[in-house]
Amino acid sequence: MRIPHTLLTTPFHARTAPLMQGSNWRRWAGYAAASCYEFTHDREYAAVRNAAALFDVSPLRKYLVSGPDATRLLDRVVTRSVPKTQPGQVIYMSWCDARGKVIDDGTITRLGEQSYRMTAAEPNLRWLRRNAFGMDVRIEEVSERLGALALQGPLSRAVLNAAARDPVDGLRYFRMMDNRIADVDLQVSRTGYTGDLGYEIWVPEQGALAVWDAIMAAGRDFGVMPAGIWALDVARIEAGLVMLDVDYHSAQHAMIEAQKSTPLELSLDWSVTLDKAPFNGRRALAAEKARGPAWRFVGIEVDWDSLERPYREVDLTPALPMVAWRASVPVYRGSRQVGYASSGVWSPLLKKYLALAHIEAPHFLPDTPVEMEMTVEHRRLRASARVRKLPFFDPPRKKA
Amino acid sequence: MSGANRYDAIVIGGGHNGLVNAAYLARAGRKVVVLERREMLGGAAVSEQAFPGFTFSVFSYVVSLLRPEIIRDLELPRHGMQILPLESTVTPLPGGDYFAMWGDADLTRREICRHSPLDAEAMTEFGRLMSLMARAVKPILGMIPPDPTSLAPSDIKGLMKLGGHFRSLGEEKFHALWKLMTMSSADYLDEWFECGPLKATKSASGIIGTFMGPRSPGSAYVLLHHYMGEIDGAYRAWGFCKGGNGTISNAIAAAARARGATLRTGSPVRQVLVKGGRATGVALENGDEYHAPVVVSGLDARRTFLDLVDARELPDELVEQVRRFRFRGSSGKVNLALSELPDFTCMPGVGVQHKGAFSISPSVDYLERAYDDAKYGEFSRRPYMDIVFPSMIDPGMAPPGQHVASIFVQYCPYHLNGGWTEAKREAFGDAVVDTLAEYAPNLRRAILHRQVLTPADIEATTGLSEGNIFQGELALQQLFFLRPAVRWAGYRTPIAGYYQCGSSTHPGGGVMGAPGKLAAERILADT
Repeated sequence: MRIPHTLLTTPFHARTAPLMQGSNWRRWAGYAAASCYEFTHDREYAAVRNAAALFDVSPLRKYLVSGPDATRLLDRVVTRSVPKTQPGQVIYMSWCDARGKVIDDGTITRLGEQSYRMTAAEPNLRWLRRNAFGMDVRIEEVSERLGALALQGPLSRAVLNAAARDPVDGLRYFRMMDNRIADVDLQVSRTGYTGDLGYEIWVPEQGALAVWDAIMAAGRDFGVMPAGIWALDVARIEAGLVMLDVDYHSAQHAMIEAQKSTPLELSLDWSVTLDKAPFNGRRALAAEKARGPAWRFVGIEVDWDSLERPYREVDLTPALPMVAWRASVPVYRGSRQVGYASSGVWSPLLKKYLALAHIEAPHFLPDTPVEMEMTVEHRRLRASARVRKLPFFDPPRKKA
Repeated sequence: MSGANRYDAIVIGGGHNGLVNAAYLARAGRKVVVLERREMLGGAAVSEQAFPGFTFSVFSYVVSLLRPEIIRDLELPRHGMQILPLESTVTPLPGGDYFAMWGDADLTRREICRHSPLDAEAMTEFGRLMSLMARAVKPILGMIPPDPTSLAPSDIKGLMKLGGHFRSLGEEKFHALWKLMTMSSADYLDEWFECGPLKATKSASGIIGTFMGPRSPGSAYVLLHHYMGEIDGAYRAWGFCKGGNGTISNAIAAAARARGATLRTGSPVRQVLVKGGRATGVALENGDEYHAPVVVSGLDARRTFLDLVDARELPDELVEQVRRFRFRGSSGKVNLALSELPDFTCMPGVGVQHKGAFSISPSVDYLERAYDDAKYGEFSRRPYMDIVFPSMIDPGMAPPGQHVASIFVQYCPYHLNGGWTEAKREAFGDAVVDTLAEYAPNLRRAILHRQVLTPADIEATTGLSEGNIFQGELALQQLFFLRPAVRWAGYRTPIAGYYQCGSSTHPGGGVMGAPGKLAAERILADT
C-alpha cells in the first residue's frame, strides 16, 4: 500500500520519538504529536516559564502566498490590514465567512513585498483558492516541507543567540528575521503560543534534524527541555489564547449557527480593522460592532475557598486539573446559565484555577461574580468564580 | 370457514417490510399472519448456503438505511441482529494506482490529498452539507406523504407540516436540496471535486438500482438517499450484518413472533378476496383461504394492483399509472466462493482493504459507458461493481481459510436484447470476472463456485418485478406523493381494507423498513 496505516510524522520525529518515555502520543492534524515526553508534563511546563521549552509545532498548516495580487488576496480574506504590514512583520488575526463567522485563526508573515507565509490550524487551501478567483497570485501549501519549532521561555533568547549565526537581540515582538542554525538557512520569528518571551523557527524539512540538534546542544546550559502539548496547553490558557476546535468551531464545519463565533465574540476585536478595503465578513462585523457583541471570550478565575470547601466536607484535598481539560462546562450567574467554559487548568505559576469561557452580555464584564460547575466525589456543584480580563499572565519580557 | 384462519390482518409477503409491518401490527395487539411464498422468510434480504459451507447474502448485502426507530421498537439486537463495521472503499485504477476512503478521517484526508489537496478539504465540507441535507430530508422519510392536490384535512395538515419544514431549512439547505432534486450526480459532484475516481465512486451511489447513468438528471437525489444511512451517528445501522442480510429478516421475524404474529412459509397467495369493494381475505394457490378485515401487500405495486386483485376493482387511472411505474431492473449479482482472496495489483496481499468494499468505478466516463451498453439493451461489458468479502468481516460465512465475495453489478438490464438465456447469463458472469481479474489477476484460479443472478433471476426467485431491487426505481417522478401512484401514496388502496407496505411505497427501498412501519401506522389509525 502506498499510504501506510500510520499517522504522519514531522521532520523532527527521528529526534522526538526516542525522547518519549510514557508512550504519550496524540493526534494533531493527522500527525503524531507528543502530549508530553517525560512521564508527567510538570518540568516541561516549568521550562516554559523558567528556562526554555522546545515544541515541535510542525503540524501547523503553512501556506506561501505570492505574486502581484498576494496582498490584495490576503487583505480580502483576513480581518486585519495586510497592506500596512512591513516586510519582516508578523500579524495575528482570524478570517471569516461572509457572515463574519470565524473560519480559523493564525498568523501572516510578510516575507517580501509580494510574498507572505500564512499559518492556520486547519487546511485552508480551498478557501484561499476560492477567494483568489481572478487574481494573479500563487498559493502553495508548504505544510509538509517546512518544519516548525517553538522555543519559548525567559531563556529562549539566550539559547537562540548561542545556536544561531546572527543574534536575535534586536528582533522585536512579532517580527521575523532570516538566520542560520547548523548551516541551515531558516527564519526566526518572535512569536509563539505561550504568552512568554519566545521564538518560532521555520526550517526546511531537510535541515530539521541538524537544527534540532544545534538548539538542544546550545540549550543544555540554559535548561532547555523538549515539551509536548500538555505543557503548551497550560501556558496558552494562562496567556488567554483561543484554540480552534477546542474553544470555538470553524464556521465551515459547524453544524448549526449557534456553534459559530465572530471575532468580536472571541474577544479578537483588536485584530479586526473595519476601515480597510472590503474583506469577508466586514459588513456583518461592522453591524455587530455597532450593536455590541452578544458574547465575549473571557477568563474565569475560580475562588479557592469555594473550591476547597466541598472537598473538605468529604475529607479530601481539592483535586485540581493539572492537565488542561477541553470540554464544555456551564457557567452560571445566579440561577441562570450565562455561558460555558471551554478550557481550564490549574496554573502552577499563578496558583489559581483558571478557565477560558464564552459569556453572554452583559455578564462578561471583568470582576462579574459567576459560578462554574464542578464535580466533587460524583456530586455536581458550583464553585464561585470571577470574570477576568485576558491574559491571566502577561510578563513584560514577552515584548521587551 | 375455519376459525383458525381468521385474523385481524393478513400480510402478503414475508420480505423485510412485510415482517416489519406484521411486527408493528402485532405489537399493537392485532392478530396477524404473514404468508410467504418461499420456504424461507426475508424476500430479497436472505442468507443462503448457495454452496455447502459458503453462506451468501444472496441479494441485498449491506445494511445502511434500516430505520433506527425500527431497531429500537422491535429490539432487533436482542433478536440476533449484530451490525459489524464495513468502513472503507478502495477504487482500483487502471495503471496500478488506487483511490481509497478509509474509516478514519485523517487517513482518508491523507489519501485524498495524494490525488487532490483541494478535494481533501472539499470532502469535509461536502460531508457536512450532505449530513445537513440528510437530516433535512429525514423527517420526510418518516412521514406518510400528503397529496398536494387534495383538500382532505389530513393532506392539508401534512402539507402544512411539510411547508413549515421546507421554510425552516434556511437558504443554504433549501438551495442544496433544489440542486440535489434536479441535477445529475456527476454534475453535482463536479461542483465540488476535481478528482475523477473520487467523483466516480461517489456518483456510483446515485445510480444503484436505477436505470440511469451518473449523468442522468435526478441521480443526485439517489446519492442523497444513500447518504441518509450515514447520518445517525452511533445509533445508525451502517455496515455488514453478521450472518448476512438474512439475519436482519430473521431478527424482524423473531420480533414479530415474540409479539404474537404467525409466520407461514410455503404459502403463496393467489389472490385477494374482495367483496363489495372491501378486502375480506386471501386465497392461496392451493385453495386455502384466510380471512381478515385488513389485507396488506408487501409485494411491489405491479403485483399488488395487477396480479393480486382484479383490475376491474380499481380505477383505470390507477391501473394505468401502475402499468407505467418503472421497474427496469438494472443490477445483477455475482456471488463467488473462493479458495483465496483476490490479490489486488494496486494493493498487493491480504489486508485491511479486504474488510471494506472495493468499487470498480475508475471514472465517471467508465460508469457512463457502462450505462451506454445497457441503454441499448446489452449488459455492460465493463460494469460498475461494488465488491465485499463477507468472510473477512464475519468468519462464519465461509470455511476457515476460504472466502466468499459478494459482487453487486451494474448494468445488467432486465430487458436484454433477445431476452436472457443460460448462455447470456454465463457471458454476463464472465464479463464480471474478466473485468475484476484485470485488477486482481489471481481471481480466476481462486473461484470454487460461482452464482450469477440477472434481474430475470432476481424476479424469478424473489418475485420482484423486472428484478428491480427497490420495487421500482427511486426516480423523482416515482417518489413521495407519486410513489407508487398519485392519490395512492398513503399506503391505502381503492379497495377498502387493502393496504400496501412494500418498497414500492414511500420512502422506497434499501432495507429501510420504513414503508412497513408507516403502513402499520396508517392501518392502526384507520381500523
